[in-house]
Amino acid sequence: MAATSAALASGNATTYRTCPRSGLQFERSAERLMIFNAVTAVVALLVGGILAIGVVLTRWPAVHWLAADTFYMVLTAHGIDMLIFWMIFFEVAVLYFCSSTLLRCRIATPKIAWIAYALMVVGALMNNIDVFRGGSSVMMTSYVPMMATPWFYLGLILFAVGALIACFVFFGTLVVAKRDKTYQGSVPLVTFGAIVAAIIAVFTIVSGAIILIPTFFLAIGWIKEVDPLIYRTIWWAFGHSSQQINVAAHISIWYAVAAIVFGAKPMSERVSRGAFLLYIFFLQLASAHHLLADPGVSTEWKVVNTSYFMYFAVLASMIHGLTIPGAIEVAQRAKGYNKGLFEWLRKAPWGNPTFSGMFISLIGFGFLGGISGVMMGTEQLNLIIHNTIYVPGHFHATVVVGTTLTFMAFTYFLIPVLFKREVISPGLAKIQPYLFGFSMYFFCLVMMGAGTLGVSRRHWDMAFGGAAMAYEWPGAAYLMMGLVGIGGIAAITGGALYIYLTVGSILWGKKLDAGVPSPRFTPIPPTAPSAAAQVYGSAGFAAPGTFVLAMVFLLAFILYYFINWKYLAQLWGMS
Amino acid sequence: MSAILPPAERLWWKHPLDRVEGVWIAIAFAWCMVMFFMMVGWHIYGKQNLSTETYKTTPEKFSAKAQAMVDKYTVRTETDQNIPVVHPPEGSDIYLVARLWAWWPILELEKDKTYKLHLTSMDYNHGFSLQPTNINIQVVPGYEHVIKVTPNQSGQFSIVCNEFCGINHHTMVGRLYVK
Repeated sequence: MAATSAALASGNATTYRTCPRSGLQFERSAERLMIFNAVTAVVALLVGGILAIGVVLTRWPAVHWLAADTFYMVLTAHGIDMLIFWMIFFEVAVLYFCSSTLLRCRIATPKIAWIAYALMVVGALMNNIDVFRGGSSVMMTSYVPMMATPWFYLGLILFAVGALIACFVFFGTLVVAKRDKTYQGSVPLVTFGAIVAAIIAVFTIVSGAIILIPTFFLAIGWIKEVDPLIYRTIWWAFGHSSQQINVAAHISIWYAVAAIVFGAKPMSERVSRGAFLLYIFFLQLASAHHLLADPGVSTEWKVVNTSYFMYFAVLASMIHGLTIPGAIEVAQRAKGYNKGLFEWLRKAPWGNPTFSGMFISLIGFGFLGGISGVMMGTEQLNLIIHNTIYVPGHFHATVVVGTTLTFMAFTYFLIPVLFKREVISPGLAKIQPYLFGFSMYFFCLVMMGAGTLGVSRRHWDMAFGGAAMAYEWPGAAYLMMGLVGIGGIAAITGGALYIYLTVGSILWGKKLDAGVPSPRFTPIPPTAPSAAAQVYGSAGFAAPGTFVLAMVFLLAFILYYFINWKYLAQLWGMS
Repeated sequence: MSAILPPAERLWWKHPLDRVEGVWIAIAFAWCMVMFFMMVGWHIYGKQNLSTETYKTTPEKFSAKAQAMVDKYTVRTETDQNIPVVHPPEGSDIYLVARLWAWWPILELEKDKTYKLHLTSMDYNHGFSLQPTNINIQVVPGYEHVIKVTPNQSGQFSIVCNEFCGINHHTMVGRLYVK
């Protein structure tokens, strides 16, 4: 308690409340920061979602709604709002949750955290307004020498500076917890995952600065040239790594959901933390995924980097993919759902959107996002998908089914706990993850189908209206793109439902008991070590059902991987 | 709720591995190695490997070389824009210019013969997407990418631009024949 009174004496007076529903402890300033960052994230998702209507209805060949210039503008804004603003605002909230809330300490330097938030908001607004003025329809990637206005880059730079500051507030909060001795031993696994996300975020933002600052100087005329190939290489060290922040963040939340819903403990802390460590070492190499069809980059560089150094980061994801459902299975079997291989899964709380969203996300991320990602990240196989609509098919499976759906699922937990409101229309909340998740599965699959037939991404008119030598896509490609339109509209409906439920609950949901505020924190009591012996499972396997699921996954992976080699082998010879 | 709490055993790194995890890690690791060496092996045994032969170039230098090829080997012109159709000899250097918003000229190749295809862009990034075979290569301004290609089917092919290059991106379609 000496530490607490010291903190009080030094002018950091704050209060802590313990949520009566979850037992989690929220510090006042951290709580407000989480609320503001999360709400801003949802606003970005709303804007990005409205823009998605324009993208989908234009790429649906039978509708072909927007004019070309509007389409490219809308597509640019959709990418940036979703991939950058929605994700990172939410992730900042997650970082504060994983430090201040899970470690039960005050947030470090709340004023600086508000400056970070303000910079991010200003940057996001500046970039968005600039894109909507129409002079910066350069897509999210803004490959030089195609130039946007200076405001476009400046907005991104301000946003990135804000996000970087937020990462350091997170690191500072870890120091506060350590110093104030709010916990004993090691940080929780979920916090460990958040640390990994934040470390990757620092690398990512620095890469972004290295390339976007010179490009900003080019836009205002201070320098003459930014090399197009160097731009692509470094931009992707930012662009792809920022998706790896998402992966580390949503996998941490999967572990958190397993703990919250089932009381599941990690099967082995060593394995799960080791897998997170592999992310730090290897996940940032993925810039190469985008340069496999480029000139000027050596084969050795491509092979080593595209495989995250011999697929060690893929190995890490395959480990998480097993240990998370494995932990759930072990917890369920301990509760007596021990019959056969899958009773634990059948008897899971499928009506709880926090669980169903997380599980739909996990399966879709692995089967659709993971397998397709490794396939297209194979040096030679990339030739059959580079810049086709297969690519957005893949990353909607990782970033939307993976990250967005996980964040949605986590929101249903946060509404009563952080926002102290009851979720309005629980019936709708129950179906939302299914509607959104499964229509996204479908959307991703048909996009990958169209991409396998060669259909281009970022393309306004697959009929090539006005071209002297138009190409006629096969009928199947048109069919696939029509299905992309239908699946997209269904997914947007699911997204709209999420916005309605979230905003509605925060505004009109029944107010819940916040818990009594206290001027001092309650440290986390040490947990008693559990008995090590496994009494459930079969053949010495604590989680046989999960193992069977993992085998199904592996089989699908191997089949799909070699089918694509077969496809490649039929192409023209190239050397 | 252990994943959100500090580990109960302070020496968690000494905790034994569960058998499910051990077996899965071994299998997953083996599969990762298969995938890694598949890429390496294809460079030795496979026929589709993207060359990395690249030179710095300028629009002027590259246009001059392309023009020289067109002057020498044009066999006819097509469309009302009179785009030259070039039939270069086997094994020669062939040049394809990517620019806003066209591929120039039209190449006419022969089946099972090998050519050295030079690609660059005069302005923005473009995407060489050969359809319907579906071969996709990034075309970056300032860099001349030299790829040995051996067509294995005859017929008429289209080159779609699949890297966003501005408002008329969708009209950037070229043609290529294999006899």
